[in-house]
Amino acid sequence: MTALLRVEKVTVSFDGFRALDDLTLSLEAGELRCIVGPNGAGKTTLMDVITGKTRPDAGTVHFADVDVTRMSEHEIVALGIGRKFQRPTVFPGHTVFENLELTTAGRKGVFRTLFARLSADERQAIEKMLELTGLGEQRKRLAGLLSHGQKQWLEIGMLLLEQPKLLLVDEPVAGMTQQEIERTEEILASLVGRHTVVVVEHDMDFVRSIAQTVTVLHEGRVLAEGPMSEVQRDPKVVEVYLGA
Amino acid sequence: MRSPVGLRALRHADVFLVVTVCAAVAVAIPLLNVELPETSALRPSDFLVTLVGKLTCYAIVAVAMDLVWGYAGILSLCHGLFFALGGYAMGMYLMRSIGTEGMYRSALPDFMVFLDWKELPWYWHGFEHFTFAIAMALLAPAAVAYVFGFFAFRSRIGGVYFSIITQALTFAAMLLFFRNNTGFGGNNGLTDFKRILGYSLREPSTRAVLCAASGAGLAVSYGLCRAITSSRAGRVLRAMRDAELKVRFCGYDPIAYKLFAWTLSAMLCGLAGALYVPQVGIINPSEMQPSSSVEIAIWVAVGGRGTLAGAILGALVVNGAKSWLTVAFPTAWLYFLGTLFVTVTLLVPGGLLQALGSIGNLRHLKARFIRSAESKGTAETAQPTDAAHPEPP
Repeated sequence: MTALLRVEKVTVSFDGFRALDDLTLSLEAGELRCIVGPNGAGKTTLMDVITGKTRPDAGTVHFADVDVTRMSEHEIVALGIGRKFQRPTVFPGHTVFENLELTTAGRKGVFRTLFARLSADERQAIEKMLELTGLGEQRKRLAGLLSHGQKQWLEIGMLLLEQPKLLLVDEPVAGMTQQEIERTEEILASLVGRHTVVVVEHDMDFVRSIAQTVTVLHEGRVLAEGPMSEVQRDPKVVEVYLGA
Repeated sequence: MRSPVGLRALRHADVFLVVTVCAAVAVAIPLLNVELPETSALRPSDFLVTLVGKLTCYAIVAVAMDLVWGYAGILSLCHGLFFALGGYAMGMYLMRSIGTEGMYRSALPDFMVFLDWKELPWYWHGFEHFTFAIAMALLAPAAVAYVFGFFAFRSRIGGVYFSIITQALTFAAMLLFFRNNTGFGGNNGLTDFKRILGYSLREPSTRAVLCAASGAGLAVSYGLCRAITSSRAGRVLRAMRDAELKVRFCGYDPIAYKLFAWTLSAMLCGLAGALYVPQVGIINPSEMQPSSSVEIAIWVAVGGRGTLAGAILGALVVNGAKSWLTVAFPTAWLYFLGTLFVTVTLLVPGGLLQALGSIGNLRHLKARFIRSAESKGTAETAQPTDAAHPEPP
């Protein structure tokens, strides 16, 4: 088994509604995978299960051959899964620099952080990330005052500083201008090969431009999987997306 | 985003304020009281020394409250309980050091004789030693806070739900301590103390030392909390207050951080309680009333949350007003407290400290505008400012 992530027969129901229904999915290291699907297909729930926010009713999730099904969020983060939320979530009352500081890889225990000082390496990593995300000039601004796009990039930068093995990105370009979308494409494309990335997205143009493999979810199940060109021709996918 | 503007002008002024308060309480007031002759007009009265000492103990509680509420975002409504537990630990030492000078001339505390108890309950042993009592004043609140916090934070209870449970906790503790059989003197509590470490509590010099100790306690508490809040751990605490979920996904365990701040805060309250009891001469379950804990939250809200100095200011101002008003206008006190709380919350959400900061800021702005107007030689730029702030102080 070389799969980095294995989701096996996972079921999650909310008050009888099956958000995920016996779902199985696996992911190779280094892949850039897009997950698409209509509203309510279970995309975000799948993210929740992988990151420990939601416990599945049945099924297991293995990451790098470790069973993470019952682990809590911070333990899963420590194993190397980073998550970018749908809405930009940064720390609004902290400066851009402090936001990045809080996510630098390293020990996260109380007594470590009480006496923590930024090492030269860490400082350099933060500087590099400020450059990659184009936020160098904003370093002393409160993150709450950034524009929507800047917040999204800051959050991606924060995630990358954690050096995750797997990066989950939930609708990164929703609400972005065309220019911002292009910048985001560049940032994500620069990660291919170094990180394994899963992108959940509605925007089909965006998916077409970055995806290698696409997984289509529908009503909590995998409807189709494969290269974008194949998936688009799949009659089942056409029915779900265009039938209505 | 209003507070940072006002507070920036106060970046160092807040430290200055606290250092001044601590120096006055720890050194100046006790020293002047002891050294100056009684006839001197400059001599702080014995009454004032005890009052200041008492207020300072409240200020320590406010600092502790601000650490958990202002920084970690946990609104505790049971800090009065932790304060009382520290007070009881000290009270037990003071009871034991009465010796056989009590009303019944017994080696047992008076209330035990009254209840016809023949020997000291096991949990009273050790309290004849001062250091043991001090250790318990810190450890007992810490233990209660840790156990309670562990279960509450692990179950991810937060927000108002947490606050309500803390009210229930302090109420339950009050009922427990009201019982005579619990062994802490029932509703009368512990009182009639005679001496501490061999020094009579009636002596003005003893009281001056206790006042100084309170000032030192405040300085230590403030220094400790400030060191914590300006460390990376402090930034994690604030981040948790603003976006707990995100903190979790950054790989921090919020339970550990909350427990740390929560337990430390309880210990500081215990310290304050231990300093408070010898000065007021009594500890009883009324300190555990739910309303006492709510008042603590009000001090911090009035002074300004998330600034530490604001909490101290709030505790001093509100309690100073309380000790004056409850004498001058006994019936008006609660109306005053309510009005103050509502006014500050509505008009200056950042509290009194922010209000002071804005005054400093306005002056600063005015000076800058005058300068820029002079350099440009145009009166027009200055006009809108004057209109916006018709009476710059």
